[in-house]
Amino acid sequence: MSIVSDTSRLVIAPGMRLQWEAAQDAHVLLYPEGMVKLNGSAGAIMSRCDGVRSVADVITDIEKSFGLSGIGADVHAFVALALERHWLELRE
Amino acid sequence: MNAAAASDIADTRPRVGPPLWLLLELTYRCPLHCVFCYNPTDFARTGPELATADWLRVLGEARELGAVQLGLSGGEPLARDDLEVIVAEAHRLGFYINLITSGIGLSEARIRALKLAGLDHIQLSFQDSTREMNDFLSSTRTFELKSKVAALIREHGYPMVLNVVLHRHNIDHVGEILDMAERMGAQYVELANTQYYGWAWLNREQLLPSREQLQRAEAVTNSFRERAGTRMKIYFVVPDYFEKRPKPCMSGLGSVFLALAPDGTAMPCHAARMLPGLTLPNVRDSAVRSIWYDSQAFNRFRGDAWMKEPCRSCPEKGKDFGGCRCQAYLLTGDADNADPVCDLSPHHDLVTAAVARAQQSATVPKREQALVFRDHRVSIPVVTERSSNR
Repeated sequence: MSIVSDTSRLVIAPGMRLQWEAAQDAHVLLYPEGMVKLNGSAGAIMSRCDGVRSVADVITDIEKSFGLSGIGADVHAFVALALERHWLELRE
Repeated sequence: MNAAAASDIADTRPRVGPPLWLLLELTYRCPLHCVFCYNPTDFARTGPELATADWLRVLGEARELGAVQLGLSGGEPLARDDLEVIVAEAHRLGFYINLITSGIGLSEARIRALKLAGLDHIQLSFQDSTREMNDFLSSTRTFELKSKVAALIREHGYPMVLNVVLHRHNIDHVGEILDMAERMGAQYVELANTQYYGWAWLNREQLLPSREQLQRAEAVTNSFRERAGTRMKIYFVVPDYFEKRPKPCMSGLGSVFLALAPDGTAMPCHAARMLPGLTLPNVRDSAVRSIWYDSQAFNRFRGDAWMKEPCRSCPEKGKDFGGCRCQAYLLTGDADNADPVCDLSPHHDLVTAAVARAQQSATVPKREQALVFRDHRVSIPVVTERSSNR
């Protein structure tokens, strides 16, 4: 999805809720009559999509927190997928 | 959830995850009398409803086990005047809360209070197959009521989700139903074909559509989809009688789903009360933890040791878990049999015969066929295909 750039800001789509579930040891995304259990990286990305941080901020933050580098392309790929599945929404 | 792991030699019981999905049927009271209601046909005989404090305790216990999706239904859940209290506690505990309602009783004051309490989602359903649907199609009282409720739902920032149960007597009106849904501002419409349990089972011969009706309805739905684009999302649920493989009912009983009846009876599926040999526990005298992990009812259909052939050796048993236990029982008289919807089942002819009868009787005028309306004065025990010899 080419509309997402490093300066794009994203939020959890309306009607969806992201929360940490201790019983599943994972972030889960809750929506009407369904639930997605997110893996570690998906949870790390989604939990930083607060409408304030840009995609670039999210990338920097994750790289710093986990001692990683060069994850930009992976984050962009996940964000594109999450937008397509209506998990995330672009904030103008 | 699959069968017991082969590597797990010491304990061959299937590994049990948490009851992620909790459904509270808060009451069997309902202003409607739907012919396809899945509530038990002898619901009038069930004991008194749980008190507010009991529901709140149960929410806490289930959440502690890992329950996170919460459905509030009934009957009509709005008939409980403590619904707001229940929602507030569920929200405090971190549940994602869905209200499944006919909208009757949903006033401006109540929706505001529910929103404030933390209700996440509302599914507005069309219930009564004849009176209400006729009203709806002819734009009279019920349509006005539903439109008002739909507007309230949108004004309070909820997606407008409409559920319409389809059957022989309304499936030909799918086009009009979708037009109405659009005028109401629905964003999601679920066209759910009737599933045959409870009152719907009793009325199956009158409700099952013909194959042609089904195909027409799907074609109408598809062309509407093309016209409406992404404005309105439509789900069309095909009745499983027309399928060749069964639905993975509840992802296997005792796998993720826990339902509580108004009197506190705990069930591994909404309809499980009908299954013989299940000792259903009650939250009045058992903790949710022991109900979920230790009770006979919730362990009875875990894993695949209970299965008979052709399920036991079937490569698809981990995908559909043998289908629906209630359907197996209703049609074959034995809940351990394969769901006869499966064309590998030796009883599949019972399903094809019902479909064939529907083909013939679709031409019989409506008034010659008696429908039994859900009513507390009519209390009927479960009748299986075998015992009724239909």
